[in-house]
Amino acid sequence: MNKIKRREFLKLSAKGVAFATIPIVFKANPVAAFLTPPQEDAQLSDYYKHFGVDEKVIRDVMAAALEKGGDYCDVFFQHRISNWIGLEDKAVNRAYSDVDFGVGIRVVEEEQTGYSFTEEITPKAMKLAAKTAANIANQSKTAPPEELKLHNTPNYYPIQTMWEDVRIDQKIPYLEKINDKVFKNDSRIIKCKIWFSDQSTYILVANSQGRLVYDYQPMTYLVTSCNAEQNGKREENYFSLGGRQGIEYFSPKNVDRLADEAVHRTVVLFDAVQPEAGEMEVVLAAGSSGILLHEAIGHGMEADFNRKELSIFSDKMNQKVAEEFVTIVDDGTFPNARGAINVDDEGNDTEKTVLVENGILRSYLHDYISAKHYKVKPTGNGRRESFRYNPIPRMRNTYMINGPHTKEEIIKSVKKGLYTEAFTNGQVDIGVGDFSFYVKSGYMIENGKLTQPVKDINIIGNGPEVLKKIVMVANDFGLEEGGGTCGKYGQGVPVSDGLPTTKVSAITVSGVSS
Amino acid sequence: MNRKQRLELARWAVSQAQKYGAGEVGVDISNKREIEVEFREGKLEQLKESTQNSLGLDIYANSRYSSHSTNDIRKESLEKFIGEAVAMTKYLTEDPYRSLPDPKYYQGQKEIDLQVNDPYYEKVTSEKRVKIAKELEKIASAQSDKIISSTSGYGDTYFEATKVNSNGFEGDRQGTYFSAGADVSVKDEITGGRPDGWDWRTVRFYKDLPSEETLAKNAVKRALQRIGQTKLESGLYDMIIENRSGWRIFYSLYTPMKASALQQKSSFLEGKLGQKIGSDKLTVIDDPLVKSGIGSRLYDGEGMAAKRRVMMDKGILRSYYIDTYYGKKLEMEPTTGDATNVVLDYGKRSLDEMVKGIKKGILVNSFIGGNSNSTTGDFSFGIGGLYIEDGEIIKPVGEMNISGNLADFLNKLVEVGNDPYLYSSLRLPCMYFKDVQFSGI
Repeated sequence: MNKIKRREFLKLSAKGVAFATIPIVFKANPVAAFLTPPQEDAQLSDYYKHFGVDEKVIRDVMAAALEKGGDYCDVFFQHRISNWIGLEDKAVNRAYSDVDFGVGIRVVEEEQTGYSFTEEITPKAMKLAAKTAANIANQSKTAPPEELKLHNTPNYYPIQTMWEDVRIDQKIPYLEKINDKVFKNDSRIIKCKIWFSDQSTYILVANSQGRLVYDYQPMTYLVTSCNAEQNGKREENYFSLGGRQGIEYFSPKNVDRLADEAVHRTVVLFDAVQPEAGEMEVVLAAGSSGILLHEAIGHGMEADFNRKELSIFSDKMNQKVAEEFVTIVDDGTFPNARGAINVDDEGNDTEKTVLVENGILRSYLHDYISAKHYKVKPTGNGRRESFRYNPIPRMRNTYMINGPHTKEEIIKSVKKGLYTEAFTNGQVDIGVGDFSFYVKSGYMIENGKLTQPVKDINIIGNGPEVLKKIVMVANDFGLEEGGGTCGKYGQGVPVSDGLPTTKVSAITVSGVSS
Repeated sequence: MNRKQRLELARWAVSQAQKYGAGEVGVDISNKREIEVEFREGKLEQLKESTQNSLGLDIYANSRYSSHSTNDIRKESLEKFIGEAVAMTKYLTEDPYRSLPDPKYYQGQKEIDLQVNDPYYEKVTSEKRVKIAKELEKIASAQSDKIISSTSGYGDTYFEATKVNSNGFEGDRQGTYFSAGADVSVKDEITGGRPDGWDWRTVRFYKDLPSEETLAKNAVKRALQRIGQTKLESGLYDMIIENRSGWRIFYSLYTPMKASALQQKSSFLEGKLGQKIGSDKLTVIDDPLVKSGIGSRLYDGEGMAAKRRVMMDKGILRSYYIDTYYGKKLEMEPTTGDATNVVLDYGKRSLDEMVKGIKKGILVNSFIGGNSNSTTGDFSFGIGGLYIEDGEIIKPVGEMNISGNLADFLNKLVEVGNDPYLYSSLRLPCMYFKDVQFSGI
């Protein structure tokens, strides 16, 4: 049990994650195979059949969950099939797969939560779990909803083929092609590792307000990591692409990038220097530098931290926190992005939530409990790692929209500073507001020009302070294409983030003291 | 499932995989019961209770390897699952280095009681769990009027795991974990921030949990200590890392000690066996046989008998973490693929005594973000801690980084303390490093 309040963001590098185990399919699961794929054309009845339940069973489970009272309960069914295949030493010689199936039952009484789950989806096992969760309340019973009404959602992640229908022998050539290109590109490459993962998740959520929702959530990720050697010196780096995409996402162009970018990012490090330690101007490259927002403000805006008054932002609502050209959103609707969701894990609609509007703090990220606490509409941020966890407010795709400057004028404006390009991970202390993120590679800026590369440096700052120091924002917005996994209270959920090229006037950079 | 049922199911899964065409097969079955209670502001905040199962399958078929897991362990489901798992393995490229361990490494398993399964677990009632969490929160809340929020909790876990390898290994183990602690946030009028302090600990035997008072008071003390934190000028400072935070350095050292990193040429420790890689104070032992250790075990993840190993001896690298697969690729004898309990050759002085001897330095008691590069040894971490001058703690510091290269940094270790942190598999004491690069203003 890890109760430490660590909030981390880990990029899914080959090293960042412990690759768990498993591939094939839906068919590999036992519980009931879908005869017709429950994608856009799937019916509620397909989901009922898949999980072996019907409306009456779910309502009975809710009745058991509410037998000691409680304001609210929800039942979350999930089936996830994950596959990984790996190339190492020039051969696709390993594959892993995992099947995860279960139901989580939550009872909420005011702000208190009772939670239990079972991997056995039978009425008996579910009622037992429901009775366990019910123990949070201590009153007379609450009535379950009289009927469950299907709530339809838009599809923010259309794909051509569901991942269960993509066979392993269709995936293998992608890895072989990338590997060949990596070694052709540069003779200094000595090792190349490639991982290709895909996932299909089916969820069915019902809550005591009578809402019933289902969703199919695809996910894929491909990462190339390289090691190179030059004059007895070695360097490593990686490049990845992914999202809620289908196999069509790995177009010839993207396959090329997975080889070319990984090689380029590795060999450039041979020329890397260490910056001088201390505060300096930092220019964040468009795209994955959005990790700054995730750490500097995103976590601090999750409403559970605010309703408990733990966040440095908990007394700053509707105050000016940044320059007028700074607008930051958390967006569940970004098409095919890693953090996109059609519906959150409490069954609420997703949306584009504005955290900072023209410099003014506007909205927290809510789940059911916090929305009730603040008497606002849920923002669709109630997410969970799996049926094993209760939902809590989490980010989706967090990014800043375009500003009035250009990348060229921003770089030109820096006399001596740092240009950060690739990141691996970050972390924030939401009470104090201190956050840091690790720069895998970037460049020095001298007299308005990018000069020598830099690598492996941590940057640390204070969220509210850094927001005030965002002095220029360009018009070249990009979303991180690899995406990461955000950790909070021991739960990991897929997220993404983004930025246009942005300048922070001063932030502490690790390096050497002159 | 009882032990006999798990064993039977594992043997059945092995034979099932072989029926479908696998040669060697490894099966792991586990079940786990977890209960967590959380208190906040005098109220039960959260109650969680669950039981879970898992079956893992390693398949070696015609020199090809794949690994699979599922939480649906009904036989009819597994039959299909295993059939498909074996079938997909044939699409992979042959890999002659893949196999179960040589059975000779199963031999020599110690026949001792590691004291990791507390019979008292059965006696812990729901009321007791709630009472501990409630008491923790009550004590913590009463410590200071600066407290904004305090959360406390208690949790316990019981697990059982069975392992069967088709070439002659069968193992079964059970264990318990108990955790308790508090997390407190306080108002900082100076900075406007809300620093928190926590003390959560995990033990194998219930009786080893520190008292509610110890945990609650320490959490509050740590939060209050952080009030008014500032950052210092960049430069070289002496550094003491307190015992519970040293894991950050050891994690960075662990990856490059693994055979996979050596074979993939991503370890700065490649070829360094028998060479001096750190100061004389660095003696590191991997000891799976520590009584009630968080990482204790009699056999490793592959079934190989667990042994105590000297990894570094007075700064000289003596061993790597070598599993069967990468050991074969490297033509090195396997040791074990994963770390267990990391034990140091402890020193004589306490943290307080060490602080008194510092002229100008920083006691690092938390890390925030950062990472390291196993290929080059470069590292850079965000830190929080306390500034020390002439042996006195002067003020809290934060928003700073430390950085360096491990090859150089490990030589800066001048002293290790006498206070191993027993609540982690990394049983680290406080450690004193000379002239460490900090960045701040």
